[in-house]
Amino acid sequence: MLSIKNLTVNVNDKQILKGINLEIKPGEIHAIMGPNGSGKSTLSHILSGKAGYTVTGGSVTYQGKDLLEMPPEIRAREGVFLAFQYPVEIPGVSNIYLLKAALNSIRKHHGQPEVDAMDFLTLVKDKVRLLEMDEKFLYRAVNEGFSGGEKKRNEILQMAILEPKLCILDETDSGLDIDALKVVAEGVNSLRTANRSFVMVTHYQRLLDYIKPDFVHVLANGQIVKSGGAELALELEEKGYSWLEDSKAAV
Amino acid sequence: MTAATASRYTAEYSSIAPTLPGQNLPWLTALRQDALTKFSAQGFPSLREEEWRYTNVSAIEKKLFSSSLIGQAQEPVATELLAAYQLPDAWSVVLLDGHFCAELSALNDLPETVSVMSMADALAKQPEIVERYINQAVTNDEHNFVAFNTAWFTDGLFVHVPAKLVLEKPIQVVHLNTKNDALASTRTVIVAEQMADIKVIETFVGLDIAYLSAAVTEVFVGVNADVTLYKMQCESNKAYHFGGIYVKQAKHARFIHHNFAFGGLLARCDIHTDLDLASECELNGLYLGVNRQHIDNHTRINHLKPHGISRELYKGVLDDRARGVFQGRVIVAEDAQKTDSQMNNRNLLLSNDAEADTKPQLEIYADDVKCAHGVTVGQLDEKSIFYLQSRCIDEETARNMLTFAFANEMVDKIKIKSVHDQALEQVLIRFPQEGVNKEWL
Ligand SMILES: Nc1ncnc2c1ncn2[C@@H]1O[C@H](COP(=O)(O)OP(=O)(O)O)[C@@H](O)[C@H]1O
Ligand SMILES: [Mg+2]
Repeated sequence: MLSIKNLTVNVNDKQILKGINLEIKPGEIHAIMGPNGSGKSTLSHILSGKAGYTVTGGSVTYQGKDLLEMPPEIRAREGVFLAFQYPVEIPGVSNIYLLKAALNSIRKHHGQPEVDAMDFLTLVKDKVRLLEMDEKFLYRAVNEGFSGGEKKRNEILQMAILEPKLCILDETDSGLDIDALKVVAEGVNSLRTANRSFVMVTHYQRLLDYIKPDFVHVLANGQIVKSGGAELALELEEKGYSWLEDSKAAV
Repeated sequence: MTAATASRYTAEYSSIAPTLPGQNLPWLTALRQDALTKFSAQGFPSLREEEWRYTNVSAIEKKLFSSSLIGQAQEPVATELLAAYQLPDAWSVVLLDGHFCAELSALNDLPETVSVMSMADALAKQPEIVERYINQAVTNDEHNFVAFNTAWFTDGLFVHVPAKLVLEKPIQVVHLNTKNDALASTRTVIVAEQMADIKVIETFVGLDIAYLSAAVTEVFVGVNADVTLYKMQCESNKAYHFGGIYVKQAKHARFIHHNFAFGGLLARCDIHTDLDLASECELNGLYLGVNRQHIDNHTRINHLKPHGISRELYKGVLDDRARGVFQGRVIVAEDAQKTDSQMNNRNLLLSNDAEADTKPQLEIYADDVKCAHGVTVGQLDEKSIFYLQSRCIDEETARNMLTFAFANEMVDKIKIKSVHDQALEQVLIRFPQEGVNKEWL
C-alpha cells in the first residue's frame, strides 16, 4: 500500500526527517510514536501533500504510484486521509456541505455520478450515530467553536464517510477524555478492513490500548530508531523515550 | 464643497419646498430652514473632513439629482424588480422614488396599537408625536448629508410600537428607485417603547440607472426593548447611496444591526448608536465590492453609561478595482465603567487593484473597561486551503469556497429565513465563480 524509502525532508533548510523507511501493507495498523518535535506531524503532512516542505531525497510510493508527485486533493481522492492534529475552523462552510463536496469529488474522480441526496443523508446520519455525535454538528460550520474533542471526533466522522484506503491519524487522542477516546477508537476499529491501512501517530500509548497496532515505530530526531510489535508501546510507556534517543546518539 | 455646486441643489429648492410634507408645521419649517442654511454654506462633505477622507462625493454635486415630485405609476419593470425583493412574510411599505406607494404596500392585519405609516401621513395626522423624535437621534450638524436629508426629505416611514408588544412578523421598507437622475430623500423614524420587540428590514433597490438615494433612519429603542434592523443595500451599480442610521438605546435596550452593502457605484453608510446603562448592541456588516464600486461604512458606538456591551464585526470582500472603507469608532465615556466592547474588521482582497482602507478607533475615558479591536486586510488563509485540499477539493474550488464562506459567515447570522435566503442569493450573484454548489447549501 505505502512504501517510504530513505525519505529526507527539509523545512527552511533545516533537516527534519533524516532518512525514513517504512513499509505498510493493506490492512495493517502502524503506530508511530515519539517525543514532541521528533517529526511525526512533518511525516503526516508530507504524506498528505502540505506545502512548505522540501523533499531532499528518497521516495514515497502509494499503490504503485509516486505519491509525492500528486497534488494534495488527488492524494485524498485516491484514498489518503489525514486526520489533523489541529483541525482547521472554516466559518461559513457547514460540515454537511464539506462532506458532500468531498464525497462527490471522490466519486467524480472515479467516474461515478453524484451521490443521491437521500442516500447521502442516511449514510451521514449513520456515521454520526456511530461517533455518538449530535446531528446538529452537521449543520454547524466546520470545526467552528468546537471543543478540542469535538474537532477530533469530527475528523473521524469525515474519515468514516469518505472511506479512505490509507488513514493517517495525527495525535487523534490528544484532547480527548477517556469516554471520547473509547468512542473514537470504536469508530476507527469499525473501519478496519483487510484492505484499509492505518498510521496512528501518537505521543502516548493510551490510544493503543483501544486500537491494537500490528507494528510500533519510534521516531526520534527525524529517524525511526526502533520498530517492534504492540508490546513496544508498553515498554515505551514504562521507560519513556530517552533511552532510545540516547542509543541513537551513540550510533 | 464649493458653494457654487451646492447652489445648484439650493437653487432648485425653492421650487421643491412647497411640495414637501409638513408645510404647515412651523417647527419642521424651521428645522428644514436650518438644514438648508447649513447645506447651502458648505455643500456635501469634503475629503478634508476626517470622517470623509476616504470618500469623494463630488460626483454627486456635479450631477444634480432632482427630487421627483410624485411617485408615478410604476412601470412593469419596477414591479418585477419589487417582486424579487418584497418579502412574503413581512408587513411591507414601498417608497417609490422617495414617496409612499399605497398600492404596492401591504399593511393588513397589523395590531391596532402599532402604527406604521408614511412619514407624510404621520406629519399630517400626528405631528406632535413625530416632533418628539425627528432629528433627536441625529442633528443637522452631524454632516451635510444629514442636513441635506432634513431639508429635502419627501416622505419616509414612521413606526411606533407600544410597550411590551412583540411583533411576530418583520416590517420591510422597500426603497424602490425607478427614475434616472432622480433624488430619493427619505426620513424614517422607528420607535420601540419599553420591552417591545420588533424587526425591520430596510431594502434598497433600483433599476439599472443612475440616481441618488439618501435615507436617514432614526431608531429609539426603549427600556429593555429589542430592535433588530436589517439593511439590504442592493442599489443599482450606477447609483449613489447615502444611508444614515442613528440609534438611541435606553437602559437595558438591545439593538442588532445587519448591514449588507452590495450595490451602488458609491455607497456610504453611517451607523451610530448611543448606549445607556447596561444596553447592548451588535453591529454586523458585509460589503462586497466589484468593478469600480466604492463602499464606505462608518460606525460609531457611544458607550455613555456603565455595563454596556457592544459587538461589532464588519467583513469586506473586494475584487477588481473596488474600494472598501471601514471607519469604526468606539467611544467609552468617563461614566461608562465596566463597558465590554469588541470591534473587528476583516477584509479579503481578491485582486491587486482592490483596496481596503480601515480605521478602527477606540476612545476610552473610563478606566475599568474591556475593549478589544482587530483588523485584517489580506488574502485567504493557506491553512484553510490545504485543509480543504486534504478533503479532496481542488485548490481553485477551495479558494472560491473560502471566499464564499468568508462572506457567508455574515449571512448565517440572519435569523429570518426569507431575509437569510435573499442575502445568500445576493452573495452568490456577486461571486458566481465555480466552487459553491447552490443545491448543496
Ligand atoms: N514550518 C516549520 N518551520 C520551522 N521548523 C518547523 C516547521 N514545522 C516543523 N518544524 C520543526 O520540525 C520539527 C518536527 O516538528 P513536528 O513534525 O511538528 O514534530 P512532532 O509532530 O513529532 O511533534 C520540530 O523541531 C519543529 O520545530
Ligand atoms: Mg505533531
